[in-house]
Amino acid sequence: MTLAGPVLNAWLGTDDPETTFLVTTLKGPKPMKRVTLALTLALAAGLSAQAADAQTLKTVKDRGMLSCGVSQGLPGFSSPDDKGNWTGLDVDVCRAIAGAIFNDPTKVKFVPLSAKDRFTALQSGEIDVLSRNTTWTISRDTSLGANFTGVTYYDGQGFMVKKSLKVNSALELNSASVCVQTGTTTEQNLADYFKANNMKYEVIAFGTNDETVKAYEAGRCDVFTTDQSGLYANRLKLANPNDHMVLPEIISKEPLGPMVRHGDDQWFDIVKWTLFAMLTAEELGVTSKNVDEKAKLENPEMKRVLGTDGNFGEQLGLTKDWVVRIVKAVGNYGEAFDRNVGAGSPLAINRGLNNLWNKGGLQYAPPIR
Amino acid sequence: MSTEARKPPPQIALKIRRILGGKAGWNGVAVQLAFAAILGWIGYEIVSNARANLENQHIAAGFGFLRNNAGFDVNQTLISYTGSDTFLRVFVVGLLNTLVVSVVGIVFATLIGFVVALCRLSPNWLLSRVGEIYVEIIRNLPVLFQILFWYLAVLAALPNPRQSISLLGIAFLSNRGLVIPSPVGGSGLEPFLAVLALGIVASLVLRFYARRALFQQGQVIRIWPYVLGLLFGLPLATILVFGLPFTFELPQLKGFNFAGGSRIIPEFVALTLALSTYTAAFIAEIVRAGILSVHKGQMEAGASLGLSRGATLRLIVVPQAMRVIVPPLTNQYLNLTKNSSLAVAIGYPDLVSVFAGTSLSQTGQAIEIIAMTMGIYLLISLLTSAIMSIYGWRVSRSLGA
Repeated sequence: MTLAGPVLNAWLGTDDPETTFLVTTLKGPKPMKRVTLALTLALAAGLSAQAADAQTLKTVKDRGMLSCGVSQGLPGFSSPDDKGNWTGLDVDVCRAIAGAIFNDPTKVKFVPLSAKDRFTALQSGEIDVLSRNTTWTISRDTSLGANFTGVTYYDGQGFMVKKSLKVNSALELNSASVCVQTGTTTEQNLADYFKANNMKYEVIAFGTNDETVKAYEAGRCDVFTTDQSGLYANRLKLANPNDHMVLPEIISKEPLGPMVRHGDDQWFDIVKWTLFAMLTAEELGVTSKNVDEKAKLENPEMKRVLGTDGNFGEQLGLTKDWVVRIVKAVGNYGEAFDRNVGAGSPLAINRGLNNLWNKGGLQYAPPIR
Repeated sequence: MSTEARKPPPQIALKIRRILGGKAGWNGVAVQLAFAAILGWIGYEIVSNARANLENQHIAAGFGFLRNNAGFDVNQTLISYTGSDTFLRVFVVGLLNTLVVSVVGIVFATLIGFVVALCRLSPNWLLSRVGEIYVEIIRNLPVLFQILFWYLAVLAALPNPRQSISLLGIAFLSNRGLVIPSPVGGSGLEPFLAVLALGIVASLVLRFYARRALFQQGQVIRIWPYVLGLLFGLPLATILVFGLPFTFELPQLKGFNFAGGSRIIPEFVALTLALSTYTAAFIAEIVRAGILSVHKGQMEAGASLGLSRGATLRLIVVPQAMRVIVPPLTNQYLNLTKNSSLAVAIGYPDLVSVFAGTSLSQTGQAIEIIAMTMGIYLLISLLTSAIMSIYGWRVSRSLGA
């Protein structure tokens, strides 16, 4: 009868004196009852084993899969195609991380999240990284228990209206009805903007992006507001995109970037430097096509970045050729931008603020050295 | 030989043994205590685990966030609210929106449910078929689908505000909702309200008096002329003396929308329609079952007394059927209240949408907000079932059951 204690302990994989104590002292009158008790204990032990782990990289490697939170469908940033493959700029960030870890950009499990569920999913550990057109703000960076790792896209909030309304400026929107997705900075910027300009409005907030667009199209509201990139992306979903126009005003700064949980600096570094690696590759002219030739060059900076010299990748917890893996997975930042939202995509958004720093934009990566 | 009885064991110990141990006796008590200890331990593990995780991620715990400014707007507020109010006020605003849709939904669901049940029970072939089709279609379609259907149907059927349908020039129907004139209090408001309250109280007293006379002395007192006078004549006289209690502010089209007046938003209409028609299908079946549970001899007895079919139903059958109807009816009321949280799909600002949705993602205080939301739903449900239990108890008591 006393065998059950050690056996169970071995099975639970615990030498925790508390658990041992409970298993060995609770001798019920019948063996059946003890089994029930032991099962309850096992459940409890399972619960306590889920304590916060500061080893995201190890967890991801053990799982063989990166779990990445994305949107429920925003063309250009993260949306599934007709075969169920996810594409977009935010998706490419996930693929780049998977590429750096596994040398295989397909080892990503995409978790579609609504705006209001995204932070809970990250906090609870359901996803390893949130790459879902999320605006970097101080309150999100501090109170949510998560960190932004960088800016993948510099955006700003705008308004879309039907051309038939004959409105040319956001300042003419007094008393308008505005459709917005709930749980976003958009909702708060909207309140601020109308208040600051002494205008009245009616807000109708929906749970998902698709519901919001549908209500706008059904005529429930005069205005649809979200980040300007999102307006262009959603306009393509409307029946007659040309009946709608994006107003010129940009009413906010919306730097969009990936987020990771607090408490794991190594993982924070990996996600942060994955984006920097994509930017550095563009700066050095390394593309997915020429990366192998570039790696053979005797240029000292190229050797450092592409891992033939130094061990920066290993310091991150990755391999020496981490940048090569990233570029092979998704290309450099410019390639990813063009393919998903830029000239090579239906959205055809200008690089603008998202150009490299030495080409008039804001994208700037610290040096790899 | 001693005839002294054996000393009985202490009563309290016996009681504990019986309540906790059941047939297993003291062994059972031990198992129960151990089980309770394990439950307590699991609970402790869950709480301490959550706390450790929160601390690891540096997430502030506690309810301090409720005092912070919300910074977003809500399109239907029963109390005054602006973006610069606190999250606590958002909670109250959302709660009131949930309550109003639940109460209105329950009233309509009950009315429609009773009517459909009477249709199904009707000897008229067409009526009973119509009732049957209603029940079979409505209760077999998912309620979320019905909410979306009503929302999109309501929206699609209505014109934009500039082409709104004018009802007598004072109310306007468009896809922004129904705009009606809103009352603005005037000089005669206070005396009017006071007299109206007085009239209602006096009428209730009269009714009580008349019922007592009926039950104790068998006297039939005709009170309706007095009630009419109290409820309408007296307030009317007050208006003549003190002037109009309120004037109406007419809505006017300004820019994109109507200014002035009160507005019923289409989200509210769609949600109430969907929830009340959906729940009505279940209520109809419950009412039908309740009425069928009353022996048909009762109906025949009523007929033989010379009562009409309607009077027999109202005076004899329904009161007896209520005993059977009330408990499952309570379940339907609770379902309707809980289903109102599907509002988020059509942008109706209920508690789940504005508090467990927007506020949660603005503050990140998932545990606190979800606990508060769950707590308040539990409270609403317990209150509803308490009220219904009291009602059920009164119904049974009046029947002497």
